[in-house]
Amino acid sequence: MAKITYRQALNQAMAEEMDRDPSVFLIGEEVAEYQGAFKVSQGLLQRFGAKRVVDTPISEAAFSGLAVGAALYGLRPIVEFMNWSFSFVAFDQLVNNVGSLRFMSGGQFSLPMVFRGPSGGGTQIGATHSHCPESWFAGVPTLTVVSPAFPEDAKGLLKSSIRSNNPVFFFEGERLYGLEGEVPDGDSLTPIGEARVCREGGDLTIVSGGYSTHTAISAAETLSANGTEAEVIDLRTIKPYDFDRIAQSVRKTNRLLIVEENKPFAGWGAQIAYDVQRRLFDWLDAPILRVTGLDLPQPYNGKLEAQVLPNVERILAAARQLLA
Amino acid sequence: MVADDPAVAVAEPKVPASSVTPEIQIELYRLMVRIRRFEEKSAQAFMRAAIKGFCHLYIGQEAVAAGALSVLEPRDAVITAYRDHGIALARGTPARPCMAELFGKQTGCSHGMGGSMHLFDRAHQFYGGHAIVGSHTAVAAGLAFAQQYENTEGVTLCLLGEGAVNQGVFAETLNLVSLWKLPIVFLIENNDYAMGTSVSRSSAGLPLVNRGSAFDMAGRVANGMDVEDVRAKVAEAINLARTEHLPSLLEVHTYRYRGHSMSDPDTYRTKEEIEEHKKGDPILLYRRRLEERHVLSDTLAKEIDEKARAEVQDALSFAEQSPEPDLDFAFSLRFSVEDQIDPIPRPRYSDL
Ligand SMILES: Cc1ncc(C[n+]2csc(CCOP(=O)(O)OP(=O)(O)O)c2C)c(N)n1
Ligand SMILES: [Mg+2]
Repeated sequence: MAKITYRQALNQAMAEEMDRDPSVFLIGEEVAEYQGAFKVSQGLLQRFGAKRVVDTPISEAAFSGLAVGAALYGLRPIVEFMNWSFSFVAFDQLVNNVGSLRFMSGGQFSLPMVFRGPSGGGTQIGATHSHCPESWFAGVPTLTVVSPAFPEDAKGLLKSSIRSNNPVFFFEGERLYGLEGEVPDGDSLTPIGEARVCREGGDLTIVSGGYSTHTAISAAETLSANGTEAEVIDLRTIKPYDFDRIAQSVRKTNRLLIVEENKPFAGWGAQIAYDVQRRLFDWLDAPILRVTGLDLPQPYNGKLEAQVLPNVERILAAARQLLA
Repeated sequence: MVADDPAVAVAEPKVPASSVTPEIQIELYRLMVRIRRFEEKSAQAFMRAAIKGFCHLYIGQEAVAAGALSVLEPRDAVITAYRDHGIALARGTPARPCMAELFGKQTGCSHGMGGSMHLFDRAHQFYGGHAIVGSHTAVAAGLAFAQQYENTEGVTLCLLGEGAVNQGVFAETLNLVSLWKLPIVFLIENNDYAMGTSVSRSSAGLPLVNRGSAFDMAGRVANGMDVEDVRAKVAEAINLARTEHLPSLLEVHTYRYRGHSMSDPDTYRTKEEIEEHKKGDPILLYRRRLEERHVLSDTLAKEIDEKARAEVQDALSFAEQSPEPDLDFAFSLRFSVEDQIDPIPRPRYSDL
């Protein structure tokens, strides 16, 4: 075990997997010479050379499409978006090509590829740079969506994602890059599709993912100080999410609160709420609640942005409502 | 660009000496006939509603596929847009799985999941059939990138309609392939129309081959009604890609006789315009030329035609008799099997 940052964890995952498999390469804007816009790829160019750490022009559609072709051919690209908000100029490539080509070819081709980069708000960079598009991509039947909250999972999930034979959309928290945590040494993989229980409790279940997991944990600590114990589940994988782990907790607490940064309409929490009411209706003592980003483009103003994002106050209010 | 006008080509006084062997000449002719007969059969099947959805015929453009693909090696990669039946046949996909795909059958080359616009054939390094205009050009660059990465010395041939040149991703892609010297040839099949919009109404800076100039790409123009001209120009470009890792952009002038798709009433051009182009028909033209060269006899021409008719009739029966895919099969195609990590649970999120 070593204490490293979330950023270093991602860096180690890529370096280890590139070491292990010569077909893995990293491509994106500023990933090589600049060492990564957020320094996630620091040192990779020096270690693996320009053939495998590829700087691109500002052409998201072309380099995403190029990665698709390379994957069809048998390589394993890691595509870095400087920010997931910039991926939308490549939306056609991501949805039509990554999303459909294997299926439309009758299964002749695989797309072993990872698209990764920072997402989400909280850094006052305005509406165009603060999107949290996890749910948009989760709406595509063939895409796997991952969003780690801790350094250990950042590393373990990225390694799993690179080794997966399917396309994985990997959402990093821009606000998490500097977060430190214990990460096991060596080849430790976090399974895709398994949630993590961050905190046990019998009074209510809080399901969250990515940066919001940390907000949920803070809220749970406040609740605990007031005598209420929340069980906090960090999804880690958004799609396919770990229904069984949530069900196990809800059967114990009979109350479910979902905390997600997505905008409210059809955010992934809505899917979870649907599935839980459909399959565990009799286990619920109260309606399922969701604390989401507010239905506004992200405001620049710091006070407003803090209100738009899921925050401890709104989680506490929702918890009180659930327990009333 | 007088030489690109097929009407003028017909009137050529002398038969140009051929750089290709008689055997290859016959094969080029045979392939064009096979494609034409296949497309005619597809049209009939579409008219009786046995083929559904969109169906874009290649009739009139046969010389492009036949000429261009005839210079490729098995290790090369081919990718095209949705007007793809002729390309698949030229790449070596048999008529049966092609026709069965148009019928949406399990035995289709994409197992009924792709349809007419999305033919795929991995065994022949045919990377599809792509129906979002321009989108596949970036994917093509990735095939060439991988060929370079793996040092295969293979090259990629990417065909696109002239309508695709106005997609932003195409410009981005030309920049990338030129910047990185990828072994690729982009071949614009300029049939004058993108649905009902003629080139002159859609594109500034003609000829379209100029689109490569800003990116320092080698450019060539070919007469798409002349199979040997296409073959020669593509051969040069392929050679450049294979030996010098230099990408090029080819503009090939051709013409489609049928509507944009089977559902197009074709109201944006005159009957006379179409008839005029038919005088320069690539198959007719080549047949005459081969006869003058004494490469093709009347008997052989008949035999080729009969064989092609029998082949597509057989493909049709095969398609008609093939089973339909089922839903469980479709679900099984969503994800590749994992072999380096634990299996990932894959729920269907719908139980109703
Ligand atoms: C992005 C996109 N926009 C619009 C369409 C609808 N569409 C299909 S084919 C076509 C015309 C394309 O013409 P061209 O590239 O010249 O190819 P051709 O049909 O002549 O082979 C259009 C507009 C599409 N499929 N994709
Ligand atoms: Mg056209």
